[in-house]
Amino acid sequence: MKPARVVGRVMATRKDESLIGQRLLVLRLTDWNGCESSEEIVAVDAVGSGAGEFVFFVESRDASVALSSNPPVDAAIVGIIDGVALTEEPDGMDVYR
Amino acid sequence: MKFARVIGTVVATQKDDGVSRRKMLLIQPLSPRLQPSGDTHVAIDAVGAGFDEIVLFASGSSARQTVTTKDTPCDCVIMAIVDLIEVSGVIVYDKSKQVRE
Repeated sequence: MKPARVVGRVMATRKDESLIGQRLLVLRLTDWNGCESSEEIVAVDAVGSGAGEFVFFVESRDASVALSSNPPVDAAIVGIIDGVALTEEPDGMDVYR
Repeated sequence: MKFARVIGTVVATQKDDGVSRRKMLLIQPLSPRLQPSGDTHVAIDAVGAGFDEIVLFASGSSARQTVTTKDTPCDCVIMAIVDLIEVSGVIVYDKSKQVRE
């Protein structure tokens, strides 16, 4: 699983039947501190995340397991991040809230 | 998934039975801002996409999850035709208006 930030959305009327009713969101990949990279992908939303949220997602075939309809997707958002505590931080404090 | 533009078709008479009678399209991957990014791929079309359309494709073993590609030797499938892309509050692409920025 990798962290990312939700930066956009995609609408598609013609799509595979298993994707009907599912939200497709544009993600910008980040590191676990929330620092954004330039890479952007599209992922299906399995948890009800929204614009600007810090999330984590699964890739490849595992992504289709995230939804009961097993759609043909290679990225799926499976969690909304509340906070990250990196043990390397000297005081062990959260770096994102 | 990534965006792509359909740039051509591929015709192959001699091919694996699993991919016979499937439409194969040549696609150019794009960034969400519709700039070309990466090498072109051949994808099996599961949604009836046409030339020059902006589509979404899935790669890897997930590509076998459509009815069209079930149990076929396929690692790239077009699974949606894009109507609208919004990034950071800006509409980057609207098929109905054919606006591309």
